[in-house]
Amino acid sequence: MATPTPTFVRTEMLGPQEPPISQSGAVKWLRENLFSTPLNSLLTLLGLAFAYLVLRTVVPWAWNGVWSASSLGECRQIIAETLGPDSHAACWAVIGERWQQFIFGFYPLDLYWRPVLAFGLLFCALGPILYFGQSGNNLRIVGASGLLTLGALLGVRHFVAKANPPSDAILSDNPMVLVIAVVIFALLGVVAKLRPQKLVWFSILYPLIGFYLLWGGSVWAPIGTLVGFVILALVWYGLQRQVGVVVAGGAGLVTAAVWWIWVQSAVTDKLNNAIPLGLLYERSDQFGGFLLAFVIGVAAISASLPIGILLALGRRSDMFLIKTLSVGFIEFVRGVPLITMLFVASLLLQYFLPPQTNFDLILRVIILVTLFSAAYIAEVIRGGLAALPRGQYEAADALGLDYWQAQRLIIMPQALKISIPGIVSSFIGLFKDTTLVALVGLADPLQGITKIVRADINWKGIYWEPYLFVGLIFFAVCFSMSRYSMYLERKLKRDHR
Amino acid sequence: MSEAITRQIDRSHMQISDEVAIQITSMNKWYGAFHVLRDINMTVNRGERIVICGPSGSGKSTLIRCINRLEEHQSGKIVVDGTELTSDLKNIDKVRSEVGMVFQHFNLFPHLTILENCTLAPIWVRKTPKREAEEVAMHYLSKVKIPEQAHKYPGQLSGGQQQRVAIARSLCMKPRIMLFDEPTSALDPEMIKEVLDTMIELAEEGMTMLCVTHEMGFAQAVANRVIFMDQGQIVEQNEPKEFFNNPQSDRTKLFLSQILGH
Ligand SMILES: Nc1ncnc2c1ncn2[C@@H]1O[C@H](COP(=O)(O)OP(=O)(O)OP(=O)(O)O)[C@@H](O)[C@H]1O
Ligand SMILES: [Mg+2]
Repeated sequence: MATPTPTFVRTEMLGPQEPPISQSGAVKWLRENLFSTPLNSLLTLLGLAFAYLVLRTVVPWAWNGVWSASSLGECRQIIAETLGPDSHAACWAVIGERWQQFIFGFYPLDLYWRPVLAFGLLFCALGPILYFGQSGNNLRIVGASGLLTLGALLGVRHFVAKANPPSDAILSDNPMVLVIAVVIFALLGVVAKLRPQKLVWFSILYPLIGFYLLWGGSVWAPIGTLVGFVILALVWYGLQRQVGVVVAGGAGLVTAAVWWIWVQSAVTDKLNNAIPLGLLYERSDQFGGFLLAFVIGVAAISASLPIGILLALGRRSDMFLIKTLSVGFIEFVRGVPLITMLFVASLLLQYFLPPQTNFDLILRVIILVTLFSAAYIAEVIRGGLAALPRGQYEAADALGLDYWQAQRLIIMPQALKISIPGIVSSFIGLFKDTTLVALVGLADPLQGITKIVRADINWKGIYWEPYLFVGLIFFAVCFSMSRYSMYLERKLKRDHR
Repeated sequence: MSEAITRQIDRSHMQISDEVAIQITSMNKWYGAFHVLRDINMTVNRGERIVICGPSGSGKSTLIRCINRLEEHQSGKIVVDGTELTSDLKNIDKVRSEVGMVFQHFNLFPHLTILENCTLAPIWVRKTPKREAEEVAMHYLSKVKIPEQAHKYPGQLSGGQQQRVAIARSLCMKPRIMLFDEPTSALDPEMIKEVLDTMIELAEEGMTMLCVTHEMGFAQAVANRVIFMDQGQIVEQNEPKEFFNNPQSDRTKLFLSQILGH
């Protein structure tokens, strides 16, 4: 036996080689993930068998479904004729007959263009925010949502014309709607093309535009509301140098509240008498279905993030009063079920507001859902803040940045990035929780509309199809949010070499 | 512990003027009941290069962090460039914009590029136009010899490079005083030299510097004064030659023998 030599010098360097077959590709993946141990193999086989059993019944049921029929009875008849007696198949016809109610609730047929336009504009408003820092995309987003919206408007117009006797279809037949939509999108397109960064102003104005399109009424009402915000901004801007950001913000809010509660309606009434301009006013009980879910979900999501950030900062503040208020608010809200908050919205809130304010139920619900979600968001963000090393605050201080600059430029971008998964989970939960508004008498897609559809004499006894339809839409929305959050995390990843 | 400084140092610009840059009188600081800084008296003239050393926990970091008010002192007086540090936010902002600070762990902003790290404070605090701030930043990045990294993120740089960026970031605010808190003690030996070289260049240009460091080679070559602290007090201060060759107090002797390993 040769003694091993203690010294070794490589004379030739080795080049890289292909890995062996079993180490790469599908075989390797299967081996490692599905058949790594006998138990794992067994579980894999059991899983496959289970999936087969489920799919064997579900797929034919869905695939053989009937798409056109006017009642469940007719559906069953068709199924019995084509597939033989005793066979089961879905009756998708209920969706075809009632989709408009799932989507629009009881919104008047000939005004469908308003939610459609609002929804299309929503994407133009979201674009600059969801894809911040990539304003080059804005034009593409405006273009795509413009085309889709016009398509949808044409489709809706066609549908309404078919459903309505010609005499009723006054507005829907009005080609002005299409012209207005084209003009709006063209304007947005021009802005996105020439000054892509400025499109964010549309995002800021969108809440008012969206609410106005949906509820209608006098055009002066949203303008009056806007004036309130302008007052808030002016007071804040004028005072912040002297008294600090927080006090100036409070003063601005108080001034704006005075305007909104006591002054605005007097002024806007006068204006409305002088120049009556507006859209038909829609009451809240005409909202329903996914229109309602989206209005509440989108509004509460976009409002709860900034409020949550402020609450999280308040909770970490050195100022005793602000800290106590923030902690008190967060802990109180988190300790109360959402349903309680909804009942507060529907019953109690009316008592606290000045008597002449006629506050819409949906608005009240949105406010309380926002506050509810803001408390959770605040806690999620607090986690992100706590994860930042002290050195980041110190470096910002040492460079002379003031508190708000440090928060905005250094702390929040990092804390929010850490909190993305938690924030998006909260948002997904919030969107699904919008179905709870059924408890205060609003027609959400799951409870409200589905119940109504199932109570129809034609569709009595139908069960799976409407729930599947509603579930599918909820899934699509929530899944997109989750994918977006993954995209955002990837985009903000900075530690790759 | 200490890197020998072999390069020739150009002392032509290292002039110490009569003008007082930092004046600390009878300053005391407590953390809760713990008396961390005790009766600190110290005057730093413009152009001085001071090295502060001492055993761990002796209050070195706390002392220099008081100078830009990252820590608050409870009694006594600190005057920086004629501005007294009180709870007045205006004074604090003024002092901070004149005093640069470099930390042990760099504290770069990981979500911003190197260039953005350097231009952030000039743009937002000094209100410098972006274009101009970028030019200044590139100037200082070239000075610390990493202009080619300007568009990378801090996580993509080595420790030594990050620390040089941190120095450049401070310099972009055109500070009149620079504070260093153990700038090399988180670095591997081969990176220590590049950071020390940068600091030496800064000293050669006449910057007023306070460095907490255990790099005794640097102290001997660059400092005009070494301050030794223990238990929150200034125990001894002297010019480097005297300090190292002829220490007076027993504590200093003990510390030097430990750190220099004789
Ligand atoms: N935030 C704090 N709260 C309470 N005690 C603290 C705090 N920061 C530091 N100390 C204590 O104050 C003393 C001085 O700390 P300091 O960081 O100034 O020491 P140092 O001389 O810089 O030590 P080192 O060489 O380890 O950095 C130490 O005993 C430390 O434990
Ligand atoms: Mg220290």
